[in-house]
Amino acid sequence: MAEHGSDSQSAGGAHAGETRRDFIHIAAVTVAGGGAAALAWPFLQQLGPAADTRALSSTEVDVSKVPLGGEIRILIGGMPFFVRHRTDAEIQDARNVDVSTLRDPQTDDDRLQPKADGTRNPAILVTSGSCTHLGCVPVGPAQGTLGDFGGWYCPCHGSHYDTSGRIRKGPAPLNLPVPKYEYTSDSIIKISL
Amino acid sequence: MSGPSTYEPKSGFTRWLDARLPIARLAYDSFVDFPTPKNLNYWWTFGGILAICLVTQILTGVVLAMHYVASTDQAFASVERIMRDVDYGWLIRFIHANGASMFFLAVYIHMFRGLYYGSYKAPREVLWILGCVIYLLMVATAFMGYVLPWGQMSFHGSAVITNLLGAIPLVGETIKTYLMGGPAIGDPTLNRFFSLHYLLPFVIAGVVVLHVWALHVAGNGNPTGVSVKEVKKDTVPFHPYYTVKDGFAILLFLMLFAAFVFYFPNILGHADNSIEANPLQTPAHIVPEWYLLPFYAILRAITFDVGPIPAKLLGVLAMFGAILILFVLPWLDTSKVRSMRYRPIAQQMFVLFVLSAVGLGFCGANNPDDLIFKFREDKLSVSYSDTNGVAQARLFDDFGEAKAFQSSLPPTAAASIEVSASGFKWLWLSQGLSAYYFLYFLVVLPLLGIVEKPKPRPASIADSVHRRTKSEAGAVPQAAE
Repeated sequence: MAEHGSDSQSAGGAHAGETRRDFIHIAAVTVAGGGAAALAWPFLQQLGPAADTRALSSTEVDVSKVPLGGEIRILIGGMPFFVRHRTDAEIQDARNVDVSTLRDPQTDDDRLQPKADGTRNPAILVTSGSCTHLGCVPVGPAQGTLGDFGGWYCPCHGSHYDTSGRIRKGPAPLNLPVPKYEYTSDSIIKISL
Repeated sequence: MSGPSTYEPKSGFTRWLDARLPIARLAYDSFVDFPTPKNLNYWWTFGGILAICLVTQILTGVVLAMHYVASTDQAFASVERIMRDVDYGWLIRFIHANGASMFFLAVYIHMFRGLYYGSYKAPREVLWILGCVIYLLMVATAFMGYVLPWGQMSFHGSAVITNLLGAIPLVGETIKTYLMGGPAIGDPTLNRFFSLHYLLPFVIAGVVVLHVWALHVAGNGNPTGVSVKEVKKDTVPFHPYYTVKDGFAILLFLMLFAAFVFYFPNILGHADNSIEANPLQTPAHIVPEWYLLPFYAILRAITFDVGPIPAKLLGVLAMFGAILILFVLPWLDTSKVRSMRYRPIAQQMFVLFVLSAVGLGFCGANNPDDLIFKFREDKLSVSYSDTNGVAQARLFDDFGEAKAFQSSLPPTAAASIEVSASGFKWLWLSQGLSAYYFLYFLVVLPLLGIVEKPKPRPASIADSVHRRTKSEAGAVPQAAE
């Protein structure tokens, strides 16, 4: 191979020939690498959620249909969410906690989105339905099991959530996250992923 | 062909690996220091182009399979979803759909190159047959892939092809039923076609490995057909000489490919396939994809029974025979001279063969009863029954005369006027070209080897290169191959 490759060196001295060939090598590899990267991008992007999947990433819920003391469970893009209509006693339980003693300190108001007029509706609590430990769906009022703190209980590894969806006991590290949602009217909320 | 291995592992790791799995040595000896004739022209770059095509089809196909749903209810919608909703799905599907066409374009050029330069002759018969196997697998894969989008052409095209198999005596109906998994094309058919469409490309890849293996036993042929005599004089290492030459050809090919994908993505497809399959309505004009049109033309060219063989079966036999005959080509061509460069008559016959194959493609795209050109101006024909009830017809140039004649006939004659065209039918052209297709293999090549006087060939590859550069006049004595 060497004797064939060295032909060009006779043109402008050994060193000049090598430099030119090196340049061609680097240029060729750069173009090929750039092309490969450009090609890889669509092949990677197609793995992500498609437009129709993204279009299903929000939903509207009529919270006036949730019975007092009960909850409804909804799926948005396959992810579970809880909408709970809390009783006055449950609201008081949630407010009477010393926030500094919590594993993931948050006040009850921190976990409520204000309406358009800026007031909060403490009766309606919206949380993710996915335990922050390993993603099981906790049981709640619908199943008749509320856990030690009156909120939810995760049957997988025994995490207890209070009536504000905050972690109180068990292995879960964080409160049930509050999703992005807004009141589009007094009784309609729009939850987005 | 390749002599003792020249691979020298440089690092500790490559030495360690080489003693256990000499894969780097295999790659080096096959694609780096592989001695390759120094006179290969650009027709020899299509092997590398085809490798790129196969990889492209497998990569895009695996991605499409992630989004496709093989169900008669959802297949069409899932393909539309790929086109509209999946990020870059349109790009990946257009690459796959046009990639099939590019694959066939390249394989046909590769095959014509083999036919012209006698690449099928000893000692490369097995190499050639493996190539024929690959081609046959490609046809099967492409056919099944075309069914998957579940458009009108998918459905009715596959119905036509599966019904063809029903023409085979004794076992035809059984084969057809096993292929479809039911009384008609349906969910079972779609699912097994999807499964096989995913499987066969990997079978092709396996046979390609055998094809390259066989290639590396005999070594590349070359435009002179003269065997390599002195490795040092007649060959250059594959890398960088042919990696660069192939790479350049691949770049040009990809530019053509990209032009189709980005500017004419649907030009090779058929509009009817954008309509979801409807088993109750066949499109007016059923045609396969362009790359199968010549065989479709051969199928439709047989409109006559031969002895006890009905036309339908004969058409099927001719269509499959047109591919299967390639398998025995090494034993049909009796000439000892590989390259047609030195076979003046064969060269012309080959050009006619290419023209007939391309012409058959046009025949396949056209309705066999349509006219290529007219013998005369269209006339008006009045058809009627005479007093004995026998059908008669009379031709007129003028509508008034025809109308007057029609009115002059009694009502019992049931006279009607229609346009009468007379001309050369596509059917006749396809019959002529099909005849030449088979004659080329069965008569021309066997006979020419005996009667043709080949031109003198260069003594060696090196000699042919030097002769061209020095443009020496006068013949060099014929080489023993």
